[in-house]
Amino acid sequence: MQRIGVFVCHCGTNIAATVDVKAVAEALGHEPGVVISQEYQYMCSESGQELVKNAIKEQKLTGVVICSCSPRMHENTFRKAAASAGLNPYLVEIANIREQCSWIHKDIATATEKAIILGRTAVAKVHLNTPLTSMESPVVKRALVIGGGIAGIQTALDIAEAGFDVDIVEKNPTIGGKMAQIDKTFPTLDCAACILTPKMVEASQNERITIHSFSEVADVKGFVGNFTVKIKKKARFVDETKCTGCGLCTEKCPMKKVPNEFNMGLDNRSAIYIPFAQAVPKVATIDPNYCMMMKSGKCGVCSKVCSAGAIDYKQQDTFIEQQYGAIVVATGFNPIKLDKYDEFAYNQCPDVVTSLELERLMNAAGPNGGTLLRPSDKSHPHTIVFVQCVGSRCDDEKGKPYCSKICCMYTAKHAMLIREKYPDTEVYVFYIDVRTPGKNFDEFYRRAVEQYNVHYIKGMVGKVTPKSDGKIDVQASDLLAGEQLHINADMVVLAAAIEPDKTARPLATMLTTQMDTNDFFTEAHPKLRPVESATAGIFLSGACQGPKDIPETVAQASAAAAKAIGLLCKNSITCNPCVAHSDELMCNGCSSCEKVCPYGAITYVDKEFRMPDRSTKVRRVASVNPAVCQGCGACTVACPSGAMDLSGFSNSQIMAEVDAICK
Amino acid sequence: MNKNLKEQVLRSSGVNVLKCMRCGKCSATCPSYDEMEYHPHQFVYMVEKGDIETLMKSESIYKCLTCFACVDRCPRGVEPARVVEAVRLAAVRQQGGNRLEPSDIPALLDEDLPQQAIVTAMRKYAK
Amino acid sequence: MQVNENFEPVIVAFCCNWCSYAGADLSGTNRLNYPTNVKIIRVPCSCRVNPMFILRAFQKGADGVIICGCHPGDCHYTSGNYFTRRRITLLYSMLDFLGIERDRTRLEWVSAAEGAKFAATMQQFTEDVKALGPNRRLEDLRCRKQ
Repeated sequence: MQRIGVFVCHCGTNIAATVDVKAVAEALGHEPGVVISQEYQYMCSESGQELVKNAIKEQKLTGVVICSCSPRMHENTFRKAAASAGLNPYLVEIANIREQCSWIHKDIATATEKAIILGRTAVAKVHLNTPLTSMESPVVKRALVIGGGIAGIQTALDIAEAGFDVDIVEKNPTIGGKMAQIDKTFPTLDCAACILTPKMVEASQNERITIHSFSEVADVKGFVGNFTVKIKKKARFVDETKCTGCGLCTEKCPMKKVPNEFNMGLDNRSAIYIPFAQAVPKVATIDPNYCMMMKSGKCGVCSKVCSAGAIDYKQQDTFIEQQYGAIVVATGFNPIKLDKYDEFAYNQCPDVVTSLELERLMNAAGPNGGTLLRPSDKSHPHTIVFVQCVGSRCDDEKGKPYCSKICCMYTAKHAMLIREKYPDTEVYVFYIDVRTPGKNFDEFYRRAVEQYNVHYIKGMVGKVTPKSDGKIDVQASDLLAGEQLHINADMVVLAAAIEPDKTARPLATMLTTQMDTNDFFTEAHPKLRPVESATAGIFLSGACQGPKDIPETVAQASAAAAKAIGLLCKNSITCNPCVAHSDELMCNGCSSCEKVCPYGAITYVDKEFRMPDRSTKVRRVASVNPAVCQGCGACTVACPSGAMDLSGFSNSQIMAEVDAICK
Repeated sequence: MNKNLKEQVLRSSGVNVLKCMRCGKCSATCPSYDEMEYHPHQFVYMVEKGDIETLMKSESIYKCLTCFACVDRCPRGVEPARVVEAVRLAAVRQQGGNRLEPSDIPALLDEDLPQQAIVTAMRKYAK
Repeated sequence: MQVNENFEPVIVAFCCNWCSYAGADLSGTNRLNYPTNVKIIRVPCSCRVNPMFILRAFQKGADGVIICGCHPGDCHYTSGNYFTRRRITLLYSMLDFLGIERDRTRLEWVSAAEGAKFAATMQQFTEDVKALGPNRRLEDLRCRKQ
């Protein structure tokens, strides 16, 4: 038999002025199972809580109903009080008779009547409450950072700084990412490599950071605090531990006609290569698609010249498995392919380049050693046209519907750098809008216009036509003058839209995190939880969550690190006990719940059941991981057999509440 | 595009047309807007492009009241009225003489002449 | 149908813990009045509301049921309110099929900041249900209080 205690709060006059609290206590005292019904001035006060605690002890209460303010206000207070008196905190229910009764009604009779119904509803519910215990789940004190660009490096450094081990998984032979390819950074125009490479070295020298370069995440299992990740270390055919990075093999390699990805294919590299001089780790990698030894078995020069004996043509992909408490995604971005934009003649004319290609063309370590020359004839360009929003803000299948955010600023940077270095060059920028929200950003753009005399023209380029004399005809509109222009250009630079890296979507599937339609990772809350994914223990860093410039990326990287550190600091995580659970005897194995679960908390397991005829049968039944379940209850409604229920908000509890209101 | 003419207009007006960010507030504030073929923001843009002869041929240069509302309200301090005045000066210099003799003016005065125009005229000739 | 002036409908409101329940609290904090007919049941998410609960309410004599959740895209559990929307749409077609006024059931998005909207919605819904009159078609007379 239940022994329920009801406690009605006056809340000074907040409740007592419009609700006859004595009548409420009196009426609820007659409800079935209620053994004590009291009212008091301030229930949440020390003495009010004492009243509840004493009643629990003296009356041996099995359930408590507090008629007071919103549970959002004091539910925890009373749960703690109950726990200290030895009652399971989840046997306490709150009837909200302040915000949802006394404060909104003026007539004492009707307000009292409603308060009694609300109290009765809570009593009906508490009859069915069951004691719940929060599960504790241990936290592995190690973090995984997926992606080794500036976002991943910054996150790893911050986590390592806090004293936790971090692994970086980078799919390329070196960390550094896009920032390593960039020449200068806006709006300060300092050199990207000068600020990035020290961070790369710091990451490689930090004893808490392990860099898995040329590796990929192959599989993720587990949940917050306890992920098991399988990492595939791709064969680079060079023993990382032996290679000293001297680079002799890359010089001697006879196969030198391989397009150099690091320079955006604008020059060639050898089949065995180190992406760039400051690569971390500085280890050579053999490209098996071009290596003559690998293809025909005739060569082996690198093996002969390597004094460290690091070359291993027979190396295989290896897999390592590691436990992590937190995972930070920092998979970054890429410029989109411009194949579908015939009007800009990107595929027809080598002098039409993307902005990232221009970065390499202008970079001192780039294909021209820092001199800006046309890719076609290596001549100095005198007229350069920049086209903004190529593929951005396009509501069709060719482009992306969003603004890529960084293009306005880097185009202003390029234009300014070119005018600075080559004042005889005319620079035109065709724009739809110039968007410069950021510290010192608009000033920077105005400097390009006012100080460097870059011709900003509002209007889009309609057609780019390479001409037989090597020049390029750019046909565009000048919307402010209301005329069509033809510019006889030497080079055209396209500010291509950026998109999330292609590896992001399969990774999101493995991590059971959510993505938007553009494949950007979705944050848990767009304003208040911008660096966490909705899946507990998975954090987002950098452009994988949306277009970002370097300062924003670094800020988010550190924020993600802080969130990950907050998790790793704990020895164990207390889980919300109001989670779903499935009645295995009723479950028919249909997978409906698994499909609606936004957290991937439900898995199906094969379980042996004893049948009425004493035989055993293996059935597929749903199993909820309470550490992952957040308790939304979507599965309970999806379940056709009624096997799935939610602790704390069970079907029978809600039904009892409905009945009590309708009575 | 006449480079010398552009130089001349920029020098005589003292305006840095590159400061314009094309917001259009000058034209939005101009009381003579409806009378003009080319509006204040177009003056600034066309001077930047060096298309000054077109402006010199237009009646617009005589429609500006020199009320300086555009100068007052320009968020970037471009001073479009000075540009218009400079183009007008360039036109006057080319024609070799004033468009109006001061003695012609009293005959042209009428009841509907806005107060601003009279103030402007005084501002122009009271030196 | 004869409208009984003294008819006071019983209205059950399901509010999600994160948005609408907080919105209801806000209308209280701002002292925005709405009819006493509305009684709120707190659920973690609007997607916890099983259509069975709604039918149960009608069976037990409720005259209207309103479900309030976070605005699309704002769900605390990312996608719960989309499930709710689909389920209620299906429930509507079932109610249509049964020949029962679908206006007795309503789905509304109320954020934690929309106290005024919550009060106005409840006011409007109560008036609408009043105009519909007592629920007779779904009420199980065996459940009626003697």
